[in-house]
Amino acid sequence: MNKPLSITLENCAKTFTDGTRALEPLNLSIREGETIVFLGPSGCGKTTTLRIIAGLEEPDAGGKVLFDGEDVTTLPIEKRNVGMVFQSYALFPNMSVAENIGYGLKIRRESQAALRTRVSEMLGMMRIEALADRRIDQLSGGQRQRVALARALAVRPRALLLDEPLTALDAKLRDTLRLEIDTLLRRLNITAIYVTHDQSEAMALGDRIVVMEHGRVAQIGSPRDIYQKPATRFVADFIGTMNRLNGAVRNGVFTCRAGDMPWATAPADASEILFRPEDIQVTESAEGSTLRGTVAAAFYLGDRTRLFVEVGEKQPLVVESAARRDFSHGETVGLAIDPRGVLIL
Amino acid sequence: MRRETQRLILLLLPAGIFFTGFFLIPMADLFMIGGSGKTGWAAYAAILTDRNYFNSLISTLAVAAATTVATLIISGISGVFLQRHKFPGNAALVAMLTFPLAFPGVVIGFMVIMLAGRQGLIGQITQAVTGEKVVFAYSMAGLFMGYVYFSVPRTILTVMAAAEKLDPKLEEAARSLGASPLRVVRDVIIPGLKPAFISAGAICFATAVGAFGTAFTLATRINVLPMVIYTEFTLSANIAMAAALSFVLGAVTWIVLALARTAAGSTVAAAG
Amino acid sequence: MKNRWLFTLQLGFTLIVCAFLIVPVILSILAGLTVNYLVGLESGLTLRWVFEVWDGYRDTIFLSIGLSLACLAVTLVIGIPTAYVLAKRQTALGRVIEEMLVMPVAVPGLATALALIVTYGSLSGFRTSWAFILVGHVLFTLPFMVRSVLAVLSAIDLKTLEEGAASLGAGFIDRFRHIVLPNCRAGILAGSLMVVTLSMGEFNMTWLLHTPFTKTLPVGLADAYASLRLEIGSAYTLVFFLMIVPLLLALQAFAQPRLKKFVAEDDAT
Repeated sequence: MNKPLSITLENCAKTFTDGTRALEPLNLSIREGETIVFLGPSGCGKTTTLRIIAGLEEPDAGGKVLFDGEDVTTLPIEKRNVGMVFQSYALFPNMSVAENIGYGLKIRRESQAALRTRVSEMLGMMRIEALADRRIDQLSGGQRQRVALARALAVRPRALLLDEPLTALDAKLRDTLRLEIDTLLRRLNITAIYVTHDQSEAMALGDRIVVMEHGRVAQIGSPRDIYQKPATRFVADFIGTMNRLNGAVRNGVFTCRAGDMPWATAPADASEILFRPEDIQVTESAEGSTLRGTVAAAFYLGDRTRLFVEVGEKQPLVVESAARRDFSHGETVGLAIDPRGVLIL
Repeated sequence: MRRETQRLILLLLPAGIFFTGFFLIPMADLFMIGGSGKTGWAAYAAILTDRNYFNSLISTLAVAAATTVATLIISGISGVFLQRHKFPGNAALVAMLTFPLAFPGVVIGFMVIMLAGRQGLIGQITQAVTGEKVVFAYSMAGLFMGYVYFSVPRTILTVMAAAEKLDPKLEEAARSLGASPLRVVRDVIIPGLKPAFISAGAICFATAVGAFGTAFTLATRINVLPMVIYTEFTLSANIAMAAALSFVLGAVTWIVLALARTAAGSTVAAAG
Repeated sequence: MKNRWLFTLQLGFTLIVCAFLIVPVILSILAGLTVNYLVGLESGLTLRWVFEVWDGYRDTIFLSIGLSLACLAVTLVIGIPTAYVLAKRQTALGRVIEEMLVMPVAVPGLATALALIVTYGSLSGFRTSWAFILVGHVLFTLPFMVRSVLAVLSAIDLKTLEEGAASLGAGFIDRFRHIVLPNCRAGILAGSLMVVTLSMGEFNMTWLLHTPFTKTLPVGLADAYASLRLEIGSAYTLVFFLMIVPLLLALQAFAQPRLKKFVAEDDAT
């Protein structure tokens, strides 16, 4: 493999011809060999950013894309030597699996022998040797995904760009392939840019995650940072599940409609607290607890029970209990929040 | 991107030049020449003001309308039937019904002669049965028959394609609500096929208005507009009048088709 | 049973329609092979009329074949790029262009032919050559090629496929050769059959565009119908059938679903 690529975006904005602003000016450095994930809801600008890096879109005037410090802004995609995996895979229906994988090498006029070696190497790497002569329409979704990856990697690209590569697959297959992609990226030590709207994919794959909203970057950070220290309410809500309670702090106690929560280090001006389901527990008995709510719904998930607990807020709290007992609708439960998990934004 | 736009324009150029040079400019010329005759621009009104032209216009529109109605009824019945019932021989029937799709107007005129001409089948049968030979190929009735012959194959294809897209669940729903077969036809099938009927009908009408080969084969006396234009051009050498009439004829057919498409389009939207 | 009865009624009706369309074809074929049609089959079968047609009208047959192939070549060269552009830019402007291209089909052939004559009739070298007829045929058949290819290109995700090829290093020429053309082969094939069939049978324009030296098959047919005996007209029609039937069968065999769709879409014009 080539030395991994570093990519720099300078002041990259994108306005479409109809006047919509898909991307506000963005500055970003992607390090060599890093896997960076662009995460956000649809229309947040993540795919546009990827397409600018790929060379499928040009940034508005003033924007610059640098590959290893070299300006490639006006270079079209076919000259950038990046591998790309598309959401719909974009496999060529007029070619077999092997021909698809070898296409980039054919374009580069590699010798027949070199082409054949590389194709079988890729087939082996993705464990799809048996499919070499299949037509594309004879493949399952997961198989197509593997062919698309093999095709993008066959040309030894300087970077690998993946645009929602798992979105078209069912949940179980998604998990398997996520693991495979993760292993592959680490093994190849290739700079990879991965676009998704699925936060669990982002958490699993990203060295860093760029959370985007309305064409702007909301936060850049490691998965741990993003989850534990969300910079904005949007990030907090978008990543994982977030509970909220409104109330006020008095003498080291946070008081809300659900009751009181002792909290020695509480900032005096906290009027709304946020915390994850794993930072709230159902207590042994409701009578002994200072915080209480009523069960609005209980979903038994096997290893745990997911409860929706009504506490007089707009949204019920999401609480998970590993207790081996039934919860019934309308039952009053006691609650305990771990102050270490509490956020104020 | 700009480079791509330039490339697309370049690709469009050959067709653009051809079309402009050989259609748009000649049509514009035709329009100017139509106004350059003895009567000047009044030539464009002649189709309404001149009694002879007006009569041919009326008979042209009448035969086209009759063709459209007959074709839609015939193709509607057979097309839906063939789409709904898959029986042995169905494919053969469809193949036979669509076989004349590529016959030019002249050949269709000849087919009419084979059926209803002086030596035609209908003449022979009627002579054997009643002693009197029925011959109608060389008249408006023959022309009507030819146009139906021409239009049925393509209209059946259109109806079958539309019937294929009709959701059978709609019919099942109507029946589950207690609708009789006749009501299902009236309330579900015909509304579902309406866009196809409108557009196929418009095509029938437009071709019957503008077709020339069939009338030419049957008789030069049939008084329809294309024949009148042809006569003006060749026999009377009245090029200006021929130009004006054919421009009007072209405009009429084009407008009929455009209107039908709008109607069919809005029906589709309303149904969707 | 009521349904049975309805079925039989519809089947009967369809068979009558079928007879209406097919019986004259059979009659005409028979007439072309019968010694004397008025007397009937008892007069015997003969190929005499077919040979007479061959002697008298051979040139029209070759001209029609040549014309339809030339027409195919031109519509391929200018039609496929047009379809590609329209597939890439599905904008209002694209629809206007498509609409305009269909006009020569909507406007009666007589009017188009007259227009060509008034504009180019004075260029006598051009007026008397077969290229003059070719121009008319291309105008008439081009929309069929464009729409047939466009239908296929719109059905596949052309944009993403091209982006995929570009990401692997393919420039425009490579993409067009390796991706665009192979993936619209079915549309090109259907369009080609359509173009050749239509060009072979075109009469409305050709009758005005032709000269005594550039008579096509349908023009010859009209001649024969008007001036010669029924048997010769029939034999000539038989020759026409022999040329057009293989094309039609091919069209029905591997373009039928698309043909159906195509007719349906065409009718939307």
